[in-house]
Amino acid sequence: MRKIKSVSDLERWKENIFSREKQDEVIISVCGGTGCHAYGCKKVRDEFAKIIRKNGDVKEIRLRYTGCRGFCERGPIVTIQPQGIFYQRVQEKDVPLILSETVEKGKILEHLLYEDAITKRKVTSEKEIPFYKAQHRLVLGNNGQIEPTKIEDYIGIGGYQALSKALFEMKPEQIIDEIRASGLRGRGGAGFLTGKKWEDCRKAPGELKYIICNCDEGDPGAYMDRSLLEGNPHSVLEGMMIGAYAISGSHGYIYVRHEYPLACKNAETAITQARKAGFLGKNILGSGFDFDVEIAKGGGAFVCGESTALIASIEGRVGEPRSKQVHTVTRGLWGKPTNLNNVETWANVPLIINKGSQWFSSMGTEKSKGTKIFSLVGKVKNTGLVEVPMGITLKEIIFDIGGGQQDGKRIKAVQTGGPSGGCIPASLFDLPVDFDSLTQVGSMMGSGGMIVMDEGTCMVDVAKYFVHFLQEESCGKCLPCREGLKRMGEILDRITEGKGNEEDLSLLEELAEVVADTSLCGLGKTAPNPVLSALRYFRPEFEAHIHQKRCPAAVCTPLIKYSISESDCTGCGACAKICPTQAIKGEKKQNHFILAEICSKCGSCIDVCKANAVMVQ
Amino acid sequence: MDFEQVGKIIDKYQEKRTGLISILHDIQDRYHFLPEEALRKVASRLKMDLNDIYGVATFYKSFSLIPKGKHSITLCLGTACHVRGGPKILREMKKQLNIEPGQTTADKQFSLNVVNCLGVCAIGPVMFVDGKFYGEMNPLKARRIIEKINKNKRKNGVKS
Repeated sequence: MRKIKSVSDLERWKENIFSREKQDEVIISVCGGTGCHAYGCKKVRDEFAKIIRKNGDVKEIRLRYTGCRGFCERGPIVTIQPQGIFYQRVQEKDVPLILSETVEKGKILEHLLYEDAITKRKVTSEKEIPFYKAQHRLVLGNNGQIEPTKIEDYIGIGGYQALSKALFEMKPEQIIDEIRASGLRGRGGAGFLTGKKWEDCRKAPGELKYIICNCDEGDPGAYMDRSLLEGNPHSVLEGMMIGAYAISGSHGYIYVRHEYPLACKNAETAITQARKAGFLGKNILGSGFDFDVEIAKGGGAFVCGESTALIASIEGRVGEPRSKQVHTVTRGLWGKPTNLNNVETWANVPLIINKGSQWFSSMGTEKSKGTKIFSLVGKVKNTGLVEVPMGITLKEIIFDIGGGQQDGKRIKAVQTGGPSGGCIPASLFDLPVDFDSLTQVGSMMGSGGMIVMDEGTCMVDVAKYFVHFLQEESCGKCLPCREGLKRMGEILDRITEGKGNEEDLSLLEELAEVVADTSLCGLGKTAPNPVLSALRYFRPEFEAHIHQKRCPAAVCTPLIKYSISESDCTGCGACAKICPTQAIKGEKKQNHFILAEICSKCGSCIDVCKANAVMVQ
Repeated sequence: MDFEQVGKIIDKYQEKRTGLISILHDIQDRYHFLPEEALRKVASRLKMDLNDIYGVATFYKSFSLIPKGKHSITLCLGTACHVRGGPKILREMKKQLNIEPGQTTADKQFSLNVVNCLGVCAIGPVMFVDGKFYGEMNPLKARRIIEKINKNKRKNGVKS
């Protein structure tokens, strides 16, 4: 790789990449996101590589191992260009057929196509699939176009053009004005205006300033930051470079969760490539601007998503937050002015610089501009990452894109904002999704987790889950969070064990209020949200646990009982064979029954029963 | 145990205090846990109190002060995995291995860990066994994974 020393060098490089692309070239893209990995995409890719190598150059074929395509539930995903064919659930054994039939003869393999759940029609291209149709994939879309470990691919789709524009056509103040005019707000959760943050950091006194990219993504159920950093690391780097130039920061860190090994690796590769190409280091593109980035790994602590705790962690200390009387833009990393933004926020920056603030602010609602990536997961048919314009309704996301309920159970709520957010009931699904409207109903947007819940989800159990999660993740520095959450957890434990009483709910609400009002950092201040929103919208479920000692969703183990329906049981014996405690008795071809006293309520019998005869009450 | 590698790891981060978490990660990758001897070495080279290093090593969940088993079983209990039945799998694993999360079986074969999110939410419940992701798990499938590892071990044992 030659060092790029000027704008004309960059242009030449881009033209060179274009000229190498062949007209009738076939591009086979295998999704290499972590979800597809779990389904064996590496074997699929290796098989393609093996056969293509063996066959020689019969046809020009380029094999691409891309980042996450979002539709993880349907993985491994393979697309074939230029026809734009979308194959899903591809296995190693399908590879020879794809090459001999689709690539050679142009024949579509019906069994690998996506089938529309409603019309039962087989769909050939990505654009026709309902999951993708309503999306607006500005930030995430390029994941499927490039190989994350190849800087040439990123240059080929116009990468680093925004950096070049920022360095040579704009003054730092102009960049900040442009970002502010775009209305971009922090995608990490708080929704603070990015332009305002940059301006504050630029104005903060001090020569040395730091830039941080937050990829701690501790919010359980959200994984868009991982997919972005894994799938398109250069876009995040480019955003950071532009930010650094605007703020006059000289050094940057990408703070990545240790649980994301592939994101760490791809970001590391991207940094090395960017350094070699001259996008990082001294005198970037001959502009006189110096900037460099390194990776800091997290150690698995949710609280480190909070800016001051994250900074403590980069400094090599225990990740405890501090009081924010002085903001991190004035005094952050090693006491220097520090600008911290989330992965998705950084990835939006090059788009805004390239296309302008007006283009960006034409999308979204009055106070929430642009698009947002959500991880649509839980009890919904189509799970994966979706990018939609702000202001779209929850109904559109869950039913049009997500395809609605998963296994016959009615959807009753969606949890947004992770442990800091809350549950929104189905009656409010017409709500437009933006920063402010979600806060109004007692939840928040957070980093974009959307966990769909159906009748089989117990809202008391979910509230208990979040309180225990936060209790465990509380750093323990301040008392209200450390002790308050512990007590709230104990109350919820009691309720789910059928030992709750009438006063528990008012005590729970009182404790929640104190924890929210008196905790030091965002973790504690927002910790009661999941409980309060569950109480607000699903109080009857709490009351059923307390008064009738019943769990309506049949989840809370001490309150449920397994039995076998006499009319449905075929006597096949599969359940008795699988039962780990030998609690199921019955003669072959006769009705089986469960001995309640030794049943461990593991649910294995449900999984094996073909007649759906096992009942939980 | 040979601690020569620890010195090399510290060299890699130029004895910088800010490299502490990365140093601990590298030590853990090498030894599969944080041996006391290694932490003492880190303290002396970084000119830090062993207390402070112990504080960091016990604050972050990724680190373990006790040796890990040969096979690592990590179960995700993030929200998406939780609502799709993750706790049932945990109950099953606890019973199968007879240990609590964070512990290692007496024969040093299995370690059981629970994490709050592996970021593979779309195909939950997810289990991460010996470097491989398994999606859409249920107690039964989880039990079969353990049985398979045990079976392979027995088979290999006979061969040798």
